[in-house]
This record gives sequence, structure tokens and C-alpha cells, in this order.
Amino acid sequence: MPANDERWLDAAAGPVVRPYAVTQGRTRHSGEAFDLVATVTATNARIAIPGGLGPEHMSVLQLSRVPSTVVDIASDVDLPLGVVRILLGDLRELGLVIIQAPVPVRAQQVDKDTLREVLHGLRGL
Amino acid sequence: MAYGGFEAGGMAPRRHRAIKILLAGGFGVGKTTLVGAVSEIRPLRTEEPLTESSATVDSTVGVERKTTTTVAMDFGRITLRDDLVLYLFGTPGQERFWFMWDELSLGALGAVVLADTRRLADCFPAIDYFERREIPFIVALNVFEGARRYSLQDIRVALDLDPRLPIIMCDARSRESAKEVLITLIEHVLSVADEPVSR
Repeated sequence: MPANDERWLDAAAGPVVRPYAVTQGRTRHSGEAFDLVATVTATNARIAIPGGLGPEHMSVLQLSRVPSTVVDIASDVDLPLGVVRILLGDLRELGLVIIQAPVPVRAQQVDKDTLREVLHGLRGL
Repeated sequence: MAYGGFEAGGMAPRRHRAIKILLAGGFGVGKTTLVGAVSEIRPLRTEEPLTESSATVDSTVGVERKTTTTVAMDFGRITLRDDLVLYLFGTPGQERFWFMWDELSLGALGAVVLADTRRLADCFPAIDYFERREIPFIVALNVFEGARRYSLQDIRVALDLDPRLPIIMCDARSRESAKEVLITLIEHVLSVADEPVSR
């Protein structure tokens, strides 16, 4: 016989983890994966579903009016990174933001001009 | 704005470039101090689903509904130009956060392994990790007051490091020293990039 408290944890009970309430309990974002330092930019497209976006979606959208990285947005809205990823996935699906991969830097495909710019910048700090 | 959308080939705005650098090493070795010395510290909350690898560390037997684990961390940001920003991520010290390492190291330019000569073994896992993933890294010895001084050559032997791999001494509290650490890493990444693809 199940214990009394177990019945509260079935699917019908809805999300049990608080930060994920704003994502309707989803823990994975939709669409293609994106990096922590991928750049998010708002597209200025019209929001097709007025009132359909929550305040957290709107905050994230507002921050991406200036091209911003995923981590900077997460830090600014003070929501867990996993939650912000899901909100960004939603906004991308609605065509409200584009998410661009960071400059490819791994191994042999490194962009030397960018590295030299970084060196110059660091020396000038 | 006159940008005609963001279609490829259209008049896209100048690319925003973000570069990710990792800072690894044992607990208390001075990672946060070094990041704070050279960059703007920003808080980050992560609420990640428990992965299989971390689930084997956290005994979740009988707790079938525990789905997330909370990690609070900081990262550093250095704005070099409006469109060129360095991000410094300290990798969490405890082994149960290996899932964060994989997330952080994806697409990383390179890494700094910060070591304390009094507890040199603490940085072995980080060195192994970056070697296996072929992420370029340097070793920076945070020189603590009162710690016995060793020659860099002794340290290189103790860590069994490639002779081409830079090792430097640093003071994680000093901005100039932290800058030098980053400059050494970038120079190393540039020299690695100059090597032929197959050795």
C-alpha cells in the first residue's frame, strides 16, 4: 500500500520544483542546443500572442534588445541558468530572438586575429 | 535601425564575440580571488537536472523524484571592446559537479590550472581532464605566503607536464599578476594553433 505522501508526487500534481514553475515544469529547452556564451539578440519581430508570454519571458526579451550572452542574461534576471535556457528556447521558437554560437575557438580552427586582439586588449587593461 | 533582418548575407551587425576561459584547481586555491582581481564578478544560479553521472555520486536510491541539484557560482567578465568580451569560469572543485565541467569546457578557448604547491595533487584531476579533451591549458602556481618555494622545473617534473606547456608563478590577489596569467594562456593558445595538425 502506498504511503499517504506519495500521491502528491504524480504527474497530475504538476511541477514540484519551484524555479521550474515558470517553465511549466520543463527542464529541457526546445530546438538546437546553445552555448553558455552564445549571443542572444532580439529580432524586433511582433509578439504574435499578446499576453501569451510571462513576465520572465518579457524580462529576458528586454535584456536581449542589446546583444547579450546567455550567462549575462541569466545573471541579470537572477533565474537559474537551466530556466533561462528554456525561456530563450521559447523566444527563439517564436522568432523573437536569434541565438548565435560564439566564435569557434577550439583547436585548429582558432581565429588568430581575434586572439591577437584579445592579447592587445589584456595588455592595455 | 536599418538592418534588413538577420538573414545570412544581409547587413548583419558586427558580430559580438564572446570568449570562454576556464579556471580550474582544487578547493581554496584562489580561483575566485584571481577572477576578482582581473574582472567584473557576476553571480550565476544554476539549477541543473541531476545527470546520470552525478546521480551515481549522490545516492538517490529510494528518492526517485529528486530531479535537480542547485549550484551557485560566479563568473568573471572582462570587456575588452564593445564586441569582444572574455568570460572566466571557475570550475566547481567537487567531483559531483563534473557535469558542469562538460558544459563549461564546451567551446572553451583554453584553461588555467591554478595550483598550490602545498597541495599539488589537488590539481591532478584538472590536468587530466584538459589533456584528455585537448583543451590548451597552462599551470599557474599561486604563491602563498609561508609556502616553501620550489623551482618551476621541480613542479614540471612533479606534474609530469609537457616541456612546452607554460608554468608560471602568480599572486592571485594582484591584478597585474592575474593579467599576466591570462596573457600567458592566450600566447600559449596562439603557439598551439601554429603547430601542425598531426604531431
